[in-house]
Amino acid sequence: MKQYILPSIKLTIIFTILLCVIYPLFISFAAKLSAGKGSGEKVTLNGKVVGYRLLGQAFNQPQYFWGRPSAVNYNAAGSAGSNKGPTNPAYLQEVDNRIDTLLKYHPGLKRNEIPADLVTASGSGLDPNISVEAAKIQAKRVAISRQVPLSKIIKLIDIHTEKPLFGLFGPSKINVLELNVALDQTRK
Amino acid sequence: MMQTEILGIIATFVLTLIISIPLGSYIAKVFAGQRVWTNFLLPFENIIYRFSGINPAAQMNWKQHLKAMLTINALWLIYGFFVLMYQDHLPLNPDGNPGMSPHLAFNTIISFVVNCNLQHYSGESGLTYLTQQFIIMFLHFVSAATGIAIAISFFKAFKEKTTTKLGNFWQHFTLAITRVLLPIAAIIAIVLAFNGVPASYEAKDQIIGLQGDSLTVSRGPAAAMVAIKHLGTNGGGWFGANSAHPLENPSYFTNMVEAISQMLIPIAMIVAFGIFIGRRKLAWTIFGVMTLGFLLLLLPTLQSELGGNPKIEQLGVTQHTGAMEGKEVRFGPAATAYWSTITTVVSTGSVNGMHDSTMPLTGLYQLLAMMVNAFYGGCGVGLLNYFIYLIIAVFIAGLMVGRTPEFLGHKLEAREVKIAALVTLISPLLIMCGTALAAYTFTAHGNAAWETPPSAWLNNPSFHGFSEMLYEVTSSNANNGSGLEGLGDNNMFWNVMTGVILLFGRFIPIIGPLAIAGLLAKKKYIPESAGTLQIDTKTFALMTLAIIVVLNALSYFPALALGPIAEYFTMIK
Repeated sequence: MKQYILPSIKLTIIFTILLCVIYPLFISFAAKLSAGKGSGEKVTLNGKVVGYRLLGQAFNQPQYFWGRPSAVNYNAAGSAGSNKGPTNPAYLQEVDNRIDTLLKYHPGLKRNEIPADLVTASGSGLDPNISVEAAKIQAKRVAISRQVPLSKIIKLIDIHTEKPLFGLFGPSKINVLELNVALDQTRK
Repeated sequence: MMQTEILGIIATFVLTLIISIPLGSYIAKVFAGQRVWTNFLLPFENIIYRFSGINPAAQMNWKQHLKAMLTINALWLIYGFFVLMYQDHLPLNPDGNPGMSPHLAFNTIISFVVNCNLQHYSGESGLTYLTQQFIIMFLHFVSAATGIAIAISFFKAFKEKTTTKLGNFWQHFTLAITRVLLPIAAIIAIVLAFNGVPASYEAKDQIIGLQGDSLTVSRGPAAAMVAIKHLGTNGGGWFGANSAHPLENPSYFTNMVEAISQMLIPIAMIVAFGIFIGRRKLAWTIFGVMTLGFLLLLLPTLQSELGGNPKIEQLGVTQHTGAMEGKEVRFGPAATAYWSTITTVVSTGSVNGMHDSTMPLTGLYQLLAMMVNAFYGGCGVGLLNYFIYLIIAVFIAGLMVGRTPEFLGHKLEAREVKIAALVTLISPLLIMCGTALAAYTFTAHGNAAWETPPSAWLNNPSFHGFSEMLYEVTSSNANNGSGLEGLGDNNMFWNVMTGVILLFGRFIPIIGPLAIAGLLAKKKYIPESAGTLQIDTKTFALMTLAIIVVLNALSYFPALALGPIAEYFTMIK
């Protein structure tokens, strides 16, 4: 047995040094050259950090665009989805309540205009994005609340629409935090 | 809109093939000792051999391979168990996270040693930076290298006509890391780090958000780990939400990178097998069956997810792109459905959307993928699983045409077939018994005075609740690691039960195939003749696929009928 135990121990030691010390330190060092310096890219407003570009926040005030429902209420100390099954009656009731809330705050909105992402919780609970349709149905509310012309809001949505990768792959989307920061910037 | 989502997954799959085929030929050359450009690493590898007291030229037979493999795996189990339990007393714990309970440490260490990566904790609060890197990421590398090393020993059994020399386990293991896993992981990690995955050792951040709420943000050196978790088909993530987390998988681009990297080695190993033993046609036949099986799972999954949830449609909401519960906007339903198929066929078990919220039939396909566990399959071990199906197919085909069954010039006899049958039977045994035990405990002892009473396990009622239990056990046996995460699984019952299943589910399907290969390789070589059953033909390929379908349907249909199938019919009624 000794012929197997000694190489096992020694290989474990040498690969621990290589894989757990040298490799991650090398990656960590290389990442210092990236946009977020390896600590996550931040978004600022007037020089003040107001969030991480990739992490959604809980927006509920009328002058901001709202993100998706979240199972962890956008608390980025953790992360989780709702894990509700598609036929769970309590879950379907919850979705129905979200639809009612949206209808209440968006007069004139019809049920079949509501995009699915606005009434379903994301996988991480921290989804930074909404679909373009989800931003458009909120435009009127934001415009009224901010007392700016609707056309200006629509234009901002267009500017902040992120196209598919290379224009070819994946969905279009909007980063809610960046759009809201842009809203606050135009006010000034 | 929809077209770009479909184009995205086609591009992902095509790129996977474009990269994995040359990678396979590279792997074959590395382990055959031929000239490759990475040979400049040789002096460095010699240092490793000398330090560890290994003679890489010393040949081992199949039993010695298994002894070496089991010894080093046992060492990691013992060492990791204690480090996880006492992680709160060790350095690199900036967030002050606690040590693990003994049963959670038991489950976690087994889960990572066996390349499963079932996680009954959340990375943000359940581990420290030390254990994330020195235990979890270390095991990501070495469990994948274990799979590759054994697969190479298996290749060597069929390279020569008659042999007992299957190479040196320590050398296979070392080369798997230095020539394959580490260099590719480093490239992937840097790509991820430059696209937003954190890589620094800073602790949680506190900031004030745009609306004035104070926010806490978990982070840490995740990029290095996210790279190998996919490349090694491990799947255990840095953050609780795994690759659905925006810091673990920030964009559609990183999603493609991560999806490609988890398929690379499983496909490359098939190519490598064909080149290594000089039977390319056989390798393409195997690849063909696996790809057919993969597409038979992928296409209906796409249909089921892109159609949206009919119950939500009844509420009046149109789901233009598909079902969105548990999914991220930046990936969309198509890429999430694609991921759910690849992660269950190749035994990665990482997720970019929550499987608990997928449609009932999607759940069915995820379960089937894990039950078969050989459409590409895990890092190195996928091919071993497929080999068992091949042996059964050769045996049955031999009986049908009345010939002595042969495999690559070696007579297949009672002993080999018995081992193959045993390996085939162990999976349904573990899955059925485990699920039955859980379902019984849930119904008969729901109010047992445990830390978590069984009645509180499930996050969803009825058939879907049953699926949560079935999925957890299936995932453990397949060494997959994904879960219907609504299941309350961090308690004594689930930690111990799945821990035991994980061990059997890993080591029996490694020991069995290598034993068969070793026994066959020892036998006299019989040259091919007109009477030889050809195993690289289309007919035989379809025969193998039929065997796979029949074996799994017979084993699992009743359980699947109680879970996802029943849920589907209640949904559409």
